[in-house]
Amino acid sequence: MLRFIIKRLLVTIPTILVVITITWGLVRLAPGNFYSGEKKLPAAIEKNIREKYGLDKPWYQQYGRTMWGILRHLDFGTSLKYQGQSVNTIIRRSLPVSAGVGILAYLLALIVGIPIGSFAALKQNSRWDYGSMALTMLGISIPNFVLGPILVLIFSLSLYWLPPSRWDGFLSRSIILPVITLSAVYMSYIARLTRAGMLEVLRSDYIRTARAKGLSEKDVVIRHALRGGLMPVISYTGPALAFLLTGTVVIEKIFALPGLGNYFIQASLNRDEPLVIGIVAFIAITLLLMNLLVDIAYAFLDPRVRYQ
Amino acid sequence: MDEKPPKPSSEHTHAGPALTPQGVPADSWVNTHDPDVIALGPEMAIAEGDVPFSDEDEFVRGSSLWRDAWRRLLKNKLAIFGLVVVVVITVASILGPPLIHKTLGFTPDYIPTNDVKLTKSFPPFTGPDGKFSWSHPMGTDNAGRDQLARVLQGGQISLFVGVISTLVSLLIGVSYGAIAGYIGGRLDNLMMRLVDVLYSLPYVILVIVLLSMFRSQTPRGQLVLLFVALGSVSWLTMARIVRGQVLSIKNQEFVLAARATGVSTFRIIFRHIVPNTLGPVIVYATLTIPQVMLTEAFLSFLGFGVQAPLASWGSLASDGAQNIAIFPWQMIFPGVTMALTLFSLNFLGDGLRDALDPQMRTD
Repeated sequence: MLRFIIKRLLVTIPTILVVITITWGLVRLAPGNFYSGEKKLPAAIEKNIREKYGLDKPWYQQYGRTMWGILRHLDFGTSLKYQGQSVNTIIRRSLPVSAGVGILAYLLALIVGIPIGSFAALKQNSRWDYGSMALTMLGISIPNFVLGPILVLIFSLSLYWLPPSRWDGFLSRSIILPVITLSAVYMSYIARLTRAGMLEVLRSDYIRTARAKGLSEKDVVIRHALRGGLMPVISYTGPALAFLLTGTVVIEKIFALPGLGNYFIQASLNRDEPLVIGIVAFIAITLLLMNLLVDIAYAFLDPRVRYQ
Repeated sequence: MDEKPPKPSSEHTHAGPALTPQGVPADSWVNTHDPDVIALGPEMAIAEGDVPFSDEDEFVRGSSLWRDAWRRLLKNKLAIFGLVVVVVITVASILGPPLIHKTLGFTPDYIPTNDVKLTKSFPPFTGPDGKFSWSHPMGTDNAGRDQLARVLQGGQISLFVGVISTLVSLLIGVSYGAIAGYIGGRLDNLMMRLVDVLYSLPYVILVIVLLSMFRSQTPRGQLVLLFVALGSVSWLTMARIVRGQVLSIKNQEFVLAARATGVSTFRIIFRHIVPNTLGPVIVYATLTIPQVMLTEAFLSFLGFGVQAPLASWGSLASDGAQNIAIFPWQMIFPGVTMALTLFSLNFLGDGLRDALDPQMRTD
């Protein structure tokens, strides 16, 4: 197990470096500069700006400086547009919003998706099965940027139950719509994955044994079948995290949440280079470490999985 | 579906020669007889394909695979529903805008600038006087442009992006997977390790960085950038699927025969092996189209994708979302059209998978 973890870390760390390098390269290779706006700057000012941000140095020194800051102190530099704020401050301020909404959405998806999927599998080929599978397909097919405004239209603008787009913190009604909108897709995926996993497991010999020795249906399903049937859901957690990250970008824009995704979009549009590099690096590090954790959890849960 | 020309067969029997893989000529279209390849064992094919279609005894087994698949697809009501909706929306998107131009006299970007009363947003089926009217079934947008024409034109771009980017990903994924699988060994290991690494990247985030930093000055340039960006990130699963298929095909007799007769490696891969992976490739390509369309819409919604004056469902929904409180129809029509299309494509893809690859079924 330890060997497996070390081996995976040996892949993960270079990957993180590659992502940062790719982002740095994209930002640097792009034509123009962050300060080049509509009108041309006087040469003296341009020279000062270039000096201040180290742009007068050769590219490898700039690259080295960025990488060194990130590797040595996890320091991503200072934002260009949010004057005087370091990228780390911005991440620290906005991350809790994104992470909180993302985690709540994923929990909601698990809580609703797993029962629906199990139920559909137990009643295979019944009306319930077809109905719930059509419903989940609908959930997958409605883009969240369509679902979000429609929910706003219904619950905020027609019924006046929930605020349309504002952020009052986690313990307020303003979190309900973003979480539901974000979780719809994952709910549907998880329901489908649970159904597929359960169908396979319910047919297996050990379930027949459990039934044969007279266990109640409830025990068979909850104690025996679910454990095996949920394996696809666990392996989906890795990709889901990646999609959750991109999903929050849209959700934060629709509902005006002060999260990481919103800052990322603004930074990309404003060409706030340190902020873009910093957020991408941060996302890559989080994502890859989470994937590693998921793989380890997978190995613990499924004794058949043996990592060499 | 079965566009392949039937091989001229000297004998009019079905069962006998079809069962023996050795009898298959090296460069034929005829499918291999491995049940793992496209999940149709010889027994099944004989039982389902050959006997009921005795009137078409010229058909070799290779095309009966496609016949079987087509028959299974026809039985799947949801998949047929999906197919019909996709065809209808595609045809409407292509023929709709010119038809509207012919009959009603306006193009998707026609702004009635000469009349202030017309340059505002009307609800569906309503004229400028607030009374019922047939001229704008989906209403108009802020500038008084016809929503129906805009949505249909947006459909052109959305479907176009979906299909072209899927083709790009097909080209990369199939070549990559087939080469890795066929050559094998170290190269395979290296190539697949790279795919693993790319898999774990937050690629949509990188695409946003790419699109925002290299923002093109022209809408067409941005569209090309979008194809490249979407195609180059969506080939990974395709490469894995094709590699898996190739691994199970490459040790079969017909490949050995091809190699023995001195066919070049390139030709073996692309002429002999790749055609045999077609079933899963078609299935996965069908499922890639909605994914790519969704990603395109997502990028356009955020303002990184399709640029005005071009419009896609994503950018129309984005414009509409800003006015949802006052003009909800601006958001609902492009959004629902897009959801319906994705829904249908997903069902069609699922149906195709069940039809072409029954062993991959989950129920």
